[in-house]
Amino acid sequence: MTSVKVYGPGCKRCETTVDMVRDAAAKLGLEVEVEKVTDPKSIAMAGVMSTPGIAVDGKLVHAGGLPDKAKLEGWLSA
Amino acid sequence: MSTDFTHPSPPLRPDWLWHLGVAGFVALWWMLYHQLAPLAEWITGLLPVARHSHTGEAIAFFLYDVPKVMMLLTLIVFVMGVVRSFFSPEKTRALLSGKREGVGNIFSAGLGILTPFCSCSAVPLFIGFVSAGVPLGVTFSFLIAAPMVNEVALVLLFGLVGWQVAATYLAFGLGIAIVAGFVIGKLHLEGWLQDWVRDIHSGASAPTQIEGETMTMIERYRAGTQAVREIFGKVWVWILLGIAMGALIHGYVPEDFMVKIMGAEAWWSVPAAVLMGIPMYTNAAGVIPIVEALLGKGAALGTVLAFMMSVIALSLPEMIILKQVLTYRLIAVFIGIVGSGILAVGVLFNLIF
Repeated sequence: MTSVKVYGPGCKRCETTVDMVRDAAAKLGLEVEVEKVTDPKSIAMAGVMSTPGIAVDGKLVHAGGLPDKAKLEGWLSA
Repeated sequence: MSTDFTHPSPPLRPDWLWHLGVAGFVALWWMLYHQLAPLAEWITGLLPVARHSHTGEAIAFFLYDVPKVMMLLTLIVFVMGVVRSFFSPEKTRALLSGKREGVGNIFSAGLGILTPFCSCSAVPLFIGFVSAGVPLGVTFSFLIAAPMVNEVALVLLFGLVGWQVAATYLAFGLGIAIVAGFVIGKLHLEGWLQDWVRDIHSGASAPTQIEGETMTMIERYRAGTQAVREIFGKVWVWILLGIAMGALIHGYVPEDFMVKIMGAEAWWSVPAAVLMGIPMYTNAAGVIPIVEALLGKGAALGTVLAFMMSVIALSLPEMIILKQVLTYRLIAVFIGIVGSGILAVGVLFNLIF
């Protein structure tokens, strides 16, 4: 089970990012647990300065803006 | 606007096609832009209204301004998107950490314009800066400059009111960000941050640093087109509404009416404009077309600029976001200092022009 954390205070882009992660996981047939992290302290402690940020299995792979679809699939399947 | 750390994706189209496309777009843009005035007149001429009637004036105003603003925005937002792909928040933080106040404030205000970040990132960005040792005042210079001097505001001022006003706005916007940040730094208000921010500030647990990968030129072009799509999605309604309002004012409001309530003679007009601006939740896209029409009807430049700056830099929603990291006292100081700066700019302008 891959665990994915999406860091963001809950703006529209963060929501879209969560959907994109779910879509990518479904497309790859991966079982993915997506957690939304909205607390500013936790976001900051994760080292995310521009949201939305994405961490896959604890490793930060992306910060700032919507992720690229192809890249997202790459991170999930890595 | 993205900073990715692994797996660069292959470009969808070959490089040369991208370069050609960008060059072709700019050429086409240039030709079309210079035909806008005759085009608007031509279309207005086709309509069953007298050209110099109230309605004719309003329609011609609308038909000229809408495509002009949309075209300017497309070009500038694209260019800014490409330029901003060189300035990630992470890089900016590295550039600013350890900068002394003074020079740091100037640097910081400039980077505030160039660094991409959406307003919902204000809190993590703030913490990221402060925890990396960027002085509080320098961080504030960044946070003030970023919304105040945005490209949408500059494009609209340039396109609708003229380059002189746009340049002045840029200069004074930067000036306020630099001075306000400097003053906040000098007051040493680190103790007025929220407790948990102060703990991070004292170095107890700094966020981990991540290294960005360099982007290819194609990825930067894509960042530009992405920026255009995003900004347009956000502002097109405001622009249409703003220009429609402006067109009505332009066509129908009598000259001396505005001079009386927004002219330079009314001493209270500047403070009133600043106060009115704070609770208003709109953006540059909606305000500036109205500003254009108001100026045309004799409103004083200083009053109008003060109103705009207040709407953009002192917005209530922004304060609510910042409440997560700042105490009320610090927010009050922030509003006081930035507000005084805007007030000074407004009064100064009305005296000079």
